[in-house]
Amino acid sequence: MTQLPSALVSLRDVTKVFPNGVTALAGFDLDIVAGEFVSLLGPSGCGKSTVLRLIAGLAQPTEGSIAWPGSTGDDHRGEIGFVFQDPTLMPWSSTADNVWLPLRLRGVSRRDARDRIAESLALVGLSDFAKAYPRELSGGMRMRVSIARALSLRPRLLLMDEPFAALDEIARFRLNDDLLRLQAELRCTIVFVTHSVYESAYLSSRIAIMSGRPGRIVAEIRGERPGERPKDFRTSARFAELSGRISQILLQQTPEERP
Amino acid sequence: MTAAAPGPTRRQGDPLKIVLPLVVFAAAIAAWEAVVRIEGIPPYILPAPSLIARTLVTDWPLLSASLLTTLETTITGLVLAVCGGVLLAVLLSLSKVVEYSLYPFAVVLQVTPVIAVAPLLLIYMPQDVAVLACAWLVAFFPVLSNTMLGLQSVDRNLMELFELYGAPASRSAAARFGARLKALWYLRRPAALPAFLAGLRIAGGLSLIGAVVAEMAAGSAGAGSGLAYRIIESQYRLNIPRLFAALVLLALTGIGLFLILAWLNHILLRRWHESALAPDI
Repeated sequence: MTQLPSALVSLRDVTKVFPNGVTALAGFDLDIVAGEFVSLLGPSGCGKSTVLRLIAGLAQPTEGSIAWPGSTGDDHRGEIGFVFQDPTLMPWSSTADNVWLPLRLRGVSRRDARDRIAESLALVGLSDFAKAYPRELSGGMRMRVSIARALSLRPRLLLMDEPFAALDEIARFRLNDDLLRLQAELRCTIVFVTHSVYESAYLSSRIAIMSGRPGRIVAEIRGERPGERPKDFRTSARFAELSGRISQILLQQTPEERP
Repeated sequence: MTAAAPGPTRRQGDPLKIVLPLVVFAAAIAAWEAVVRIEGIPPYILPAPSLIARTLVTDWPLLSASLLTTLETTITGLVLAVCGGVLLAVLLSLSKVVEYSLYPFAVVLQVTPVIAVAPLLLIYMPQDVAVLACAWLVAFFPVLSNTMLGLQSVDRNLMELFELYGAPASRSAAARFGARLKALWYLRRPAALPAFLAGLRIAGGLSLIGAVVAEMAAGSAGAGSGLAYRIIESQYRLNIPRLFAALVLLALTGIGLFLILAWLNHILLRRWHESALAPDI
C-alpha cells in the first residue's frame, strides 16, 4: 500500500505489545483521509481503543509508524479531540467550566474562552445548561457536554471511543444524527470506535473491520458519504444491505476467538 | 457518655427529625431528675440534672477557663494536623520515592495507642506542648490517609484527557514536574476535597480525644487546667456534680466541632457531590 497524499494520519505496520506481554495489535495498517467518518469495528478486546490511543499519542507503538503526512511538527495533540465511553466530566465544575478545560490547560483565560465555550455548547444544543453541574444532567446531555469539550479546540480529528454505548436507543439515535450534522458543519475527520454494527452502518463513510486479538484490519467497507442522512435511512434497503455485509464479515472474525 | 446529644438544630425538611430527638432527650433528662429525687440518691453518687446545671453556673469561671484551654489545644492540634497531613499527602502523591519511605512511619504513629505515648511526650516536652502534640498525633493520620486517597481518586480518563491537552511538549524533568503540579491543582485538588473533608470530620473528633487523653495523663503529674484535668480533679475530690458539668462541656465541644465540620462539608460540596445531598448530619 502506498501512502495516500491526502491522508491526515497514516498508521503503517503498527504493532503494540503491552508490558504484560499481551499483543494488542500486529501488522495494523490504516489511512485516515481528511473529511472521512471511519468506524473501527471488531470483536471485543481486539485493540480498537488502543488504535485511538496510539493516534492520540497517549500510547506509543512498539513497532511501526504513525505519520501525519499533511502537517509539520511532532506535536499533534492540539489537532485532536477525544471522547471517551464515559463522559468523564469533572463533577465539581459547571458545564461551561468543563468545556473550558482543554482551553484552560492551554493557558486561555475564562474571559477569552467565553465565546468559544458558548459556541461549543450551542453546537451540541446545550446553551441553556452552561451553569448546570454534571450531576444535574441526563446521560445523553453529559455525553453532549463531553463532545462540546472535545470540540472546544476545534480539532481536525475527533477520536471517539464507544461514546454512545451506555446510552438508551432514543438518545443514541439523536446523538448519531447530531454527530453527522456537526461533522458537516465543522468539516472535521472522525474516527469512531463502536461494537454496534448498525451504528457503524448508519454513521460511517468507511467501516474498517478488525480481527480478534492481535488486531489488524481484515476488511474495509465503503459506507454512505459523510453528511446528514435522509430521515428514512434506517429503514432503507441500502442500510439493511450494509448492515448485513458488516455482520457477515464480523461473524467470520468471531469463531477464531471462540473455537 | 451518658448525656445524649441534642438534635441538630439546622436541618431543613422533615421537622420530625428535629423534634423527635429533642423530645426523647428532654424525656431522658426528666426521668433522670425524677429518679434522683424519688430515690433520694445523694449527689456524690448521681447528681440531678438541675444540680449539674447549677454547678455549671456557679463554677463557670473555673470551668470556662478549662474549656478555653481544651478548645485551644483541640483546635490548634486540628489545624496543625490539617496543615501537616495535607502537605505530606501532597508530597507523597507527587513522588513515589517519598511515599514508600515515609508512609510506613505515619502508619506506625497511628496504630500506636496515643495514651501509651502520652507519658513519654510529657517527659520530653513542656506540658502544654506535649498535650498539643498528642492532639496533633491522633488527628494527623485521618487527614493524611483520606487526603491521599482523595488525591489518588481522580478519574483515569480525566488524567488521560489532561495528558492529551495539558502535558508539555518537552519531556524534560522540570516540564514533567510542572505538568504534575498542574494536574494536582486542576484535577487532584478538587477530586480530593470530599475525602479530605471526611478525614477532617474524623480528625476533629479525634483531636478532642487526643487533647483529653493527654490532659488526663498530664493531670496526675501536676499543673494543668483543661476540662479533662478538671474531671480527674473532681473525681479525687468526689465533687461529682462538677465532674458531670465538665463532662457536659466536653460533650458539647465535641458536638459543636462535629456540627461545624459537617456544615463546612455541606457548604463546599452541596453543588456537586452525592454525599452532600443526603441529609446525613
